[in-house]
Amino acid sequence: MSSILPVAFDGIAYASWLFLISAGLTLIYGVMRILNVAHGSLYALGAYAACSLAGAWLGGGLPAAGSFAMLLLAAVLVGCIVGPALERGLLQWMYGKDEVVLVLITYAVFLIMEDVIKLVWGVDSLLLPEPYALPGNFSIGGLPYPVYNLLLIALALVTGLALAWALYRTRAGKLLLAVIHDREMSMALGINVDRVYLATFSIGAALAALGGAFTAPAVAVTPGIGVEVIVLAFAVVVIGGLGSLGGAALGALLVGLVRSATVRYWPEAELFSIYAVMALVLIARPKGLFAAQEARKI
Amino acid sequence: MRLSSSQGLRAALVALTMLLGVPTSSAQEPIKLGIVTFLSGPAAGPFGIPARNAAELTTEMLNAGTVPAPYKGKGFGGRPVELVIIDEAGGPQKQVSEYRNLVSRVDFVVGYISSGDCLAIAPVAEELKKLTVLFDCGTPRIFEDASYKYVFRTGPTGTMDNVSIALYLVERLPNVKSIAGLNQNYAWGQDSWTDFEAAMKTLRPGIEVKTSQMPKLMAGQFGAEITTLLASGAEVVHSSFWGGDLEGLVLQGGPRGLFQKHKVILSAGEPAINRLGTRIPDGTILGARGPFGPFAPDTELARWLKTAYEDRYQVPPNYASFRMTQAILGVKAAYEKAKGAGDAPPAQDQVIAAFENLAFEGPGGMVKMASGKGHQAVMDAAVGTTKVEGGKLTIVDIARYPGDKVTPPDGMKSEAWIKSGLKK
Repeated sequence: MSSILPVAFDGIAYASWLFLISAGLTLIYGVMRILNVAHGSLYALGAYAACSLAGAWLGGGLPAAGSFAMLLLAAVLVGCIVGPALERGLLQWMYGKDEVVLVLITYAVFLIMEDVIKLVWGVDSLLLPEPYALPGNFSIGGLPYPVYNLLLIALALVTGLALAWALYRTRAGKLLLAVIHDREMSMALGINVDRVYLATFSIGAALAALGGAFTAPAVAVTPGIGVEVIVLAFAVVVIGGLGSLGGAALGALLVGLVRSATVRYWPEAELFSIYAVMALVLIARPKGLFAAQEARKI
Repeated sequence: MRLSSSQGLRAALVALTMLLGVPTSSAQEPIKLGIVTFLSGPAAGPFGIPARNAAELTTEMLNAGTVPAPYKGKGFGGRPVELVIIDEAGGPQKQVSEYRNLVSRVDFVVGYISSGDCLAIAPVAEELKKLTVLFDCGTPRIFEDASYKYVFRTGPTGTMDNVSIALYLVERLPNVKSIAGLNQNYAWGQDSWTDFEAAMKTLRPGIEVKTSQMPKLMAGQFGAEITTLLASGAEVVHSSFWGGDLEGLVLQGGPRGLFQKHKVILSAGEPAINRLGTRIPDGTILGARGPFGPFAPDTELARWLKTAYEDRYQVPPNYASFRMTQAILGVKAAYEKAKGAGDAPPAQDQVIAAFENLAFEGPGGMVKMASGKGHQAVMDAAVGTTKVEGGKLTIVDIARYPGDKVTPPDGMKSEAWIKSGLKK
């Protein structure tokens, strides 16, 4: 019994991290029908930008608490600069092509960005440990946990709720849902689909970068960190149902809890656990837990 | 007779062609050395690039004749050495095709960090009959599961690392009762844990294994694993993590008290010293996959590598750098022994015959090609403990174990040898 609380907390912390990354991926797929492999490099870019910005901040002798603002700024910068550059510079010419072609295009972008990251930041890992250790520890069941994890959980909650509110409670969100539902009809009704696409891709990119920026303090930021992430995020999004925000949240929670329970009680199966969840869900619901209903078109 | 300008041009061209065609003396023709090391991917930072840097530095200084004795002679037997460097990234299948392309362009190959790549390359080297020196990979299976004529390895195996660490541990903690593992879920992590666990069970029968965590390679985040280790009550935690995973473990485990609550062993921890410095907590048992880096004996050769490397790259050479330099010096020693006093360059078979059972001095001390039918190096092993002194991380309490004490008798498999009680 005493081990259930730590297992649950580890699971929820891992799920928060997974959700931050998966939310952007599923959003972009829902609106634009692009399975964005480059999401992994946007995550990596967020982590590297965070290291540079927060590193410069701390290196300048400024108060350590401000480094959290730098992590946020890194995500915003990637979202505002790299997101639009990719969407306007490349993807806008590709809409209407087959989904598989778009996967290949974003895969190419992923490979290019991996090399660009290496060109800019080199092959050595970057470390940004201060924000992780700064808030100290708290204890669950007698075991020390970093307060930083609570911060990550709060960040995921706030991001999820804000996204849900924006999607279902605002005018812009409702326009977006209309585009998701039927792109051509929305255009006919006068919705500026180009602008919706630009905004969606940029927000998706910022979410990936947010995940990367807030992971950076806990890990060594090395070339290739985006690869691991994109595979996991795909698994989560497929479990939840492609294009569903609620699905991504539930998928992340499911994967997080199953993984942490496996690590505790059956460590040999850790590698397999995430894909076992995915396989089981897909057997029961081939389109994922919350796949959007396809509208019948005449 | 006057030549027209076009005739003059033709004559000049003919003369030039003839001049170019004149064979230069074989002493000046460069020896092409193929180097295979990670230039991209997660292993590039901790191992691949430090190894490439060492290869470039060592060959340049060999060619200039500025490496200390016994390697003062220029190049290999007077012939300059030229490098052809290949990226090891992409997995064994890609490496086999890269290797097939490489062999026709070079005289010898020195390379391979990943055990998976080594296992795939060794039979191909045999098939293509190219002298190939494995410089870094750890799996003992290379010469235990097969025997090769063309393949050599000039550094210790993973078995030697883990046996020496187990010996070190029971000397420091004679009453140790429980261990736990945190290793990456692939060949290196699994083999390391198997060797360490078996060695501990041999040295301390009845020792309890509390948990063996096997996260995915490059998972980066180990929250749940650290929780399980903290809750396990194990006295000792063994990890063969490297690169980003290793740094992540120290960053995440440090603040949570993992290193205070347990005696932590980082069997491949040495390359992290330069990166993490004082973030590696005091009292951590550290290995360098042999007597390399801070564990190197104080010889002229080790001092040369440390000074020359640090002067050029502004960081000390880590064990991957030591192993690369050691491999190149091994080829030089074998080549020059085969060449003898004669002028003619030795044939590959002569170099191989000279390399078998060769004893040569490397930057990590004496290397005896005494295992694997004369193809596998045996060296002294060294293990130490971290301590922060004057704001700098140092390695204290270094213990050395003679090579033959941590190596199975030739022809015996590591696993069987460990289980049989490490007897000689």
